Amino acid sequence: MARRVAIVGTGQTYHRSQRLDVNGRELISEAVIRCLEDCEVSIKDVDAIVIGNMDHFESINYVDAWSVEGSGGHMKPIMKVTTGGTTGTSVAIAAYYHVASGLFDRVLAIGWEKNSESDTSAAIITCSDPIWDRFSYAGAIPSLATEASAYMEQYGVTQEDAARVAVRERAHAGNNPYAHLRKPITIEDVMNSPMLAYPIKLLDVCPRTDGACAVVFAAEGVAEKIALTPAWIKSTSVRHSTTWFGDVDYNTGLVSLTRASKEAFEKTGIRESVEEIDVCELYLPYSYAGLKWIEAIGFCGPGEGPRFVSEGNTDMGGKLPVNPSGGVMSTNCIGATGLIRVAEAAIQIMGKAEKRQVPDVKTAFVTGFGGCWWSDAMVLGKKKPL
Amino acid sequence: MTNWFEDVAELTHKGQIKVPYTWSVGEVGSRFLVALRDQKRILGNRCGQCRTVFVPPRNRCGKCFGEIHEWIELGDEGIVTAHTIVRYNHPIQPTPTPFAYAIVKLDGADVGFIHIIKEDLGRLKNGVRVKARFSESRRGHILDIDSFTII
Ligand SMILES: [Zn+2]
Repeated sequence: MARRVAIVGTGQTYHRSQRLDVNGRELISEAVIRCLEDCEVSIKDVDAIVIGNMDHFESINYVDAWSVEGSGGHMKPIMKVTTGGTTGTSVAIAAYYHVASGLFDRVLAIGWEKNSESDTSAAIITCSDPIWDRFSYAGAIPSLATEASAYMEQYGVTQEDAARVAVRERAHAGNNPYAHLRKPITIEDVMNSPMLAYPIKLLDVCPRTDGACAVVFAAEGVAEKIALTPAWIKSTSVRHSTTWFGDVDYNTGLVSLTRASKEAFEKTGIRESVEEIDVCELYLPYSYAGLKWIEAIGFCGPGEGPRFVSEGNTDMGGKLPVNPSGGVMSTNCIGATGLIRVAEAAIQIMGKAEKRQVPDVKTAFVTGFGGCWWSDAMVLGKKKPL
Repeated sequence: MTNWFEDVAELTHKGQIKVPYTWSVGEVGSRFLVALRDQKRILGNRCGQCRTVFVPPRNRCGKCFGEIHEWIELGDEGIVTAHTIVRYNHPIQPTPTPFAYAIVKLDGADVGFIHIIKEDLGRLKNGVRVKARFSESRRGHILDIDSFTII
């Protein structure tokens, strides 16, 4: 039987497009120190570390060892986890597994990326199979654009519908001092931004960010002594698929997200997700995901995403605020991106979100997205799970 | 079942990943490299917690996780604590063979400094004193020290 686990502290960097003042290790240490200070845990009391970032983004292939000056991991068990876009949520889930197993009481999870150090597209293409997919279907934006255009044709969704999501994310980012892009934008701004691959325009996609995030997971019995209000992990779910880009049915929803969400909700007894969840931190790398993928989660029916969003349900003050942090479209230090979702959800439960706080959060929902259409899901709660 | 695979041509594809990088040196490392480039000085720094003197300098101690603020100018001489003489050529080597990779304990430092020795290899043994030779054209790089020479 797994032990109950809670998040007791979080820390992140002030995210920027390029942090020339620090190298990767120093960037990591900023988040780690902030996290340890947040929960008043000494590095000496950390039993193990899980760290992750994107392959080939900094050309460091043994990040677990290389990062010890930043992570504090000298002479501790360290494990590197890399799963593409889901890296940050995988790091969180792996840290959760460590503690839930009963082998470790306090585990430090770290996600980071020095996105400014490489060419994102050149590095990210190594996720595609080198014989079959790499030369005929390259890069993150074209595959997302293919999904978006199929979705638009299927349900009559417009570019303006998607722009509404981009506007929301940026409006929320204005409340988050850590967010990378905080300047408000309008639907016209999105519509007038350069077309990258139809229907995706520059302001429909996430930026490239230098940043890091750290989170301490602690076991039941330990967590309550560290944090006034621990953020309990109520359930996690992971659904990875194949990496054949052609095997995905672009005309159906994001199946991995549907299944991961369903399992995460079932495990913790959530039946009416919109009613029972107080806030979401969803991995939405581009605006159309903010429509189609909330349908995949089940917040609304197929094709109903645009109406659900335009009615204000996902805004601050709405029925189900999505991404009070500003989300991935405002900050995207890729290896950290999923972990920031987890940290921000925990912050909401702990009541530490200041200007971006949603009132009285009891249940928060987190997703991660990566690579060839795979998904992670996590439910966090204020009440210790039974 | 047919034995179609007996005469199939087995293909391979050659490839190379081409990812350009621009690594951030950071403020601490940049101060070290600028001193190397502009003043031919070798800087180290001392951990405020465990007192270890590091070169190259860093902002946080890998051993005790303490912050590091105290800068120290190290000498440009030290002793070789371990080495190997390289005889095989490969494009990744910094210089044609024979040359030595050596761990140099610079005067005033507590950790070794990794560098190369190009000349006088017959006299090279652990414990021998060496001195940094700076290259003529320096660009803020670890090879602004061309090599160490045996005193
Ligand atoms: Zn120290």
